[in-house]
Amino acid sequence: MADKKKKNLPPSSQEYQAFQQQREVKRPLLKNCIKAFLVGGFICFIGQLISTAYIYFFDFTEQTAGNPTTATLIFITMLLTGFGIYDRIGQFAGAGSAVPVTGFGNAVISAAIEHRTEGFVLGVGGNIFKLAGSVIVFGVFSAFIVALIKTILIQWGGL
Amino acid sequence: MIFFWAFVVGGIICVIGQIMFDVFKLTPGHTLSILVVVGAILDGFGLYEPLIDFAGAGATVPITSFGNSLVHGAMAEAEKHGLVGVITGMFEVTSSGISAAIIFGMIGALIFKPKG
Repeated sequence: MADKKKKNLPPSSQEYQAFQQQREVKRPLLKNCIKAFLVGGFICFIGQLISTAYIYFFDFTEQTAGNPTTATLIFITMLLTGFGIYDRIGQFAGAGSAVPVTGFGNAVISAAIEHRTEGFVLGVGGNIFKLAGSVIVFGVFSAFIVALIKTILIQWGGL
Repeated sequence: MIFFWAFVVGGIICVIGQIMFDVFKLTPGHTLSILVVVGAILDGFGLYEPLIDFAGAGATVPITSFGNSLVHGAMAEAEKHGLVGVITGMFEVTSSGISAAIIFGMIGALIFKPKG
C-alpha cells in the first residue's frame, strides 16, 4: 500500500519521504515493551486483587468475578481520567495502559468529558463511543461469526 | 501464585499490544480491535477459558477477554435457543463492561470539566 501511495507523489515529495524515513527517531522498542509489561501487569495485578475480594466476600466464582472486576476498574479509571492522571500513565506506559479494560474505559470516559461542551445529547451522547466504538463493533461482529460457525458445527456437524 | 501469573500474563498481552504499536505502526484503535477479534477467535477454539483458569485477572482484564465473553454469551444462549440465540445472547456475559463504561462516562461528564 505504501508503494502505491508513493507512485502518485511528485519526485520531490518522494525524496522528502525517503529523507524523513532516514531521520525518523527509532522508537525504543525494548524500553517501551518493558514499561508496557510492568504497567499492564500491575493493572492486571490490581484486577486480581479486586476479583479475589469479590470471590472472598461476595460469593462470586473464578469465572464470574471478571464482570464486577471490570466495572470496578472502569470506576477507578473514571476518577483517574477525570483528574487527568490516566493521560500521564498512558504517555509513560503506551499499550500497558491501553490494552487492559481500563484503556477501553478511558477512551469512553475521556470522549464523554471532552465533548460535554457540545451539549449532553449531541456532545456526550453522540461521541461517547467515538474512540471505543471500533472495539465494540469488531468485537461483536467477530464474536457473531465465531459463535455462528461453532453453533452450526455443533448442531449439524455433531461436534 | 495466581497474582504472579496475573501479572505476567497481563503484562505479556500488553507487550504484544506495544509491539503492534511500535513495530507494525498501528493506531491504538486498530490494535485494540485486532486484540478483541483475537480474543473471540481464541474462545472459538476453546483456548481462552484455560487461560482464565491459569491467570485469573491477567486474562480477564485485557481487552481480549471482551471478545471472549461476547462469544461466551452467544454460545450459552445458542445452546438453549439455537441459531437465534447467537444474536440474543451476545451481550449476556459482557454487559458489565459496556454498561459500566456508559454509566461512569456519563457521571464523569457530569462531574469533571475538560482539561487543556
